[in-house]
Amino acid sequence: MTQLKMTVNGKAASGEVEGRTLLVQFLRENLGMTGTHVGCDTSQCGACVVHVNGEAVKSCTMLAVEANGAEVATIEGQAAPDGTLNTIQQAFQDHHGLQCGFCTPGMVMSAAALLKDNPKPTVDDVRHYLDGNICRCTGYHNIVKAIMAASGQDVSAIAAE
Amino acid sequence: MPKDHGIGASSKRREDVRFLTGEGNYTDDINVNGQAYVYFLRSDIAHGTLNSVDTSAADGMEGVVKIFTGADFEAVGSVPCGWQVTDKHGEVMQEPRHPVLAHGKVRHVGEPIAAVVAETLEQARDAAEAIVLDITHLPAVVDMKEAVKEGAPKVHDDLTSNLCYDWGFVEENKAAVDAAFEEAHHVTTLELVNNRLVANPMEPRVAVGDFARGTGDHTLYTTSQNPHVIRLLMGAFVLGIPEHKLRVVAPDVGGGFGTKIFHYQEEAFVTYAAKVCNRAVKWTSSRSEAFMSDAHGRDHVTKIQLALDKDNNFTALRTDTYANMGAYLSTFAPSVPTWLHGTLMAGNYKTPLIYVNVKAVFTNTVPVDAYRGAGRPEATYQLERLVDKAAHELKVDPIKLRRQNFIMEFPYATPVAVEYDTGDYVATMDKLEEMADIAGFKKRREDSEAKGKLRGFGVNCYIEACGIAPSNLVGQLGARAGLFESCTVRVNATGGLVVMTGSHSHGQGHETSFAQVVADMIGIPEDMVEIVHGDTANTPMGMGTYGSRSLAVGGSAMVKATEKIIAKATKIASHLLEASEGDVELKDGAFTVAGTDKSVAWGDVTLAAYVPHNYPLEEIEPGLEETAFYDPSNFTYPSGAYACEVELDPETGQVTVERFSAADDFGNIVNPMIVTGQVHGGLAQGIGQALLENCAYDSDGQLLSASYMDYAMPRASDLPFYDVDHSCQTPCTHNPLGVKGCGEAGAIGSPPAVVNAVLDAMRSGGKDVGHIDMPVSPHRVWEAMNS
Repeated sequence: MTQLKMTVNGKAASGEVEGRTLLVQFLRENLGMTGTHVGCDTSQCGACVVHVNGEAVKSCTMLAVEANGAEVATIEGQAAPDGTLNTIQQAFQDHHGLQCGFCTPGMVMSAAALLKDNPKPTVDDVRHYLDGNICRCTGYHNIVKAIMAASGQDVSAIAAE
Repeated sequence: MPKDHGIGASSKRREDVRFLTGEGNYTDDINVNGQAYVYFLRSDIAHGTLNSVDTSAADGMEGVVKIFTGADFEAVGSVPCGWQVTDKHGEVMQEPRHPVLAHGKVRHVGEPIAAVVAETLEQARDAAEAIVLDITHLPAVVDMKEAVKEGAPKVHDDLTSNLCYDWGFVEENKAAVDAAFEEAHHVTTLELVNNRLVANPMEPRVAVGDFARGTGDHTLYTTSQNPHVIRLLMGAFVLGIPEHKLRVVAPDVGGGFGTKIFHYQEEAFVTYAAKVCNRAVKWTSSRSEAFMSDAHGRDHVTKIQLALDKDNNFTALRTDTYANMGAYLSTFAPSVPTWLHGTLMAGNYKTPLIYVNVKAVFTNTVPVDAYRGAGRPEATYQLERLVDKAAHELKVDPIKLRRQNFIMEFPYATPVAVEYDTGDYVATMDKLEEMADIAGFKKRREDSEAKGKLRGFGVNCYIEACGIAPSNLVGQLGARAGLFESCTVRVNATGGLVVMTGSHSHGQGHETSFAQVVADMIGIPEDMVEIVHGDTANTPMGMGTYGSRSLAVGGSAMVKATEKIIAKATKIASHLLEASEGDVELKDGAFTVAGTDKSVAWGDVTLAAYVPHNYPLEEIEPGLEETAFYDPSNFTYPSGAYACEVELDPETGQVTVERFSAADDFGNIVNPMIVTGQVHGGLAQGIGQALLENCAYDSDGQLLSASYMDYAMPRASDLPFYDVDHSCQTPCTHNPLGVKGCGEAGAIGSPPAVVNAVLDAMRSGGKDVGHIDMPVSPHRVWEAMNS
């Protein structure tokens, strides 16, 4: 067992893990932060995306020990302390960019990483960036629209919800 | 002016806030103090005799609590099937026993053989590797037509063959149908495959069983679309636990699409094991396990024929379908290719004579059951591909041929036993033609060709039967369940309402849309209405959510219960107002007396109900809580017309969807935003079936597509923006909201439009292949173009 320390959403977190423990297991099971989800076992679906030292990472594909000492951001830390949704979260609600909600944490975290690197993406940029995030409910229409809206671009030409 | 609240408003979804902040409560987020974990050792071969399961090396391994094998479940009931089909000879279907853990034989890859309960999942998995299986391999049957041949290996030794049933519908019409084909001016014939799919909700299945020895109470937390159905099926038929000692909770559920309707072995296992081990037992499916244990969908092989007269009127239709049941009968499997498929074969057309034959076949594959649309996509696909093929053979415009044969008068009794109450197929086709900009297609095709690409346009219509279903009717058809829905409305003293529904929301947004309805009926803000679902302990016995039934059936129960609330509240109000009950009406959250300025607010009436100081106690009871059960008198019949435009790269065979237009008639609409979202999701699944998705087995019954590396889930870059319209509205005539259901339309209506468009593109490139099977992969297209 290895003792870990990291910062999660700005707060110190620690725990004891096996060498094989994945970052997502550490978040969900050791820390009880169940907002990050597991939807597959081959690093395809992206429900588990978090940020590690500012980079989007599939937390099912990273060992917890690899994140020792890192700054980790998860879906639980995205809204303001008073609960106000951030721009991306609000756009997802405004444009009905989620249905069952299971892929949503990963979508929001991926969208945040995209907009950090590419603040005014094209629709094609968004669609291709999301290749590692699978949604089965929405058909992506409203997810793409929400991310475009969150980037401050006019989405009125995209068919109404 | 769009409404900003109540029925007809695109109210933002209240459930979104918890999902967007990581505060959803999905089943895998539930952990019970002291829980153990189970890992299922599953068969890696399709068919074999299970000679022994030796757990001796595994039993003593670190952390192992107990290892279960099939022998432990011999005294436990069979996993039940909820529908019994009677075949064309009047015989009931063959129905095999379905054990919780395999015993004697294994019959498909993924069938659970042993279950290791341990302190941690890792320990359970490690111990499972130490279990020694002695299995004699047997030849597997995978191909349905081979499976029903004389001498084929039998999936179930105690059945007479691999034929579950041979269904004829309507058997009495067969001779007349055949005679019509003899007299036909033209006959179009099509053979096709409706590819096997995996539903793939993003949340894999999870089950947590708990047992309280002090009270004898069982609790099952499970990823289900219908917790009451699971409680009844598992309690009564598998484990013998009465409902009052068994609570089933399906909290936030991450998508269902049909595959979370069914009762699965893993649910029975954790419930049983929790009692044996005297501690909670948790199972979380991996995605790979999901591929080999979630019920699959579709998998039909069909020959269909259309007879036309000299004026291109449809005179008769007949079909022969082989429908794969897999190795066991999943909960509603027998109903899917029969009553949910054969009854839809009239489509939108006034074909007077129809005969449907379905042979349901056991094979050494994962059980097949309802997946979004369930039978109706299979019916729509074959019919709408056939009509398109007929149009090209007869050199008439496919839209014109469809319009010529549309049903024009309603109600319309089809020759396949259902009566469409309302519809306007001309209106949806008119709308579609406008949306699809057919006039601009020529230019768009020229633009594609200038880039070296081919462009194709395809259209189809669809009809579906939703709002399942009148209980007395489905009982006659073999359902072993009623298909009503229930609702309890509890009004609190200060006027807020708790609406407890038997429907279940797993992405559909009921917590928002159901509240819109009740708030609208009373005239109060939506946030005064709370929707409770998903827990047998605090909702009335209900049948759950599938078949686009929630608003049409569950919503109707909710309306009835709310009407009872309003009726009682009106009595109380009339007492408070000292007016005759007949003069008191509820409007905008207040009771008023006609022709006066006297009024009493909703909250004053509800307070009086619970603080009955000034109250007619001799006439009515205190309190304000009502329950209603609603059993529909008919199905509902959403319909529409869809158009797809594709671009095809003849160099690579790659097909991309450039435009997709959908004109639907869902009757009245409560939340247009949610309805549109439902159509989007359905379209993605239908386009996925048409272009990408395929669940593949090899001839030994090995599952070749058991991960997202191998099964092509549609990604954002595979799909277009959709143009969706639901302004054509012919309200349902037999439910109080006039609603029809919208959850499955997109998946039902889109595959034929895509394939019709691909074939149109190929024809424009000089290649008329008549048909191409789904998924229309680059490989298939390239081969067809270069054959």
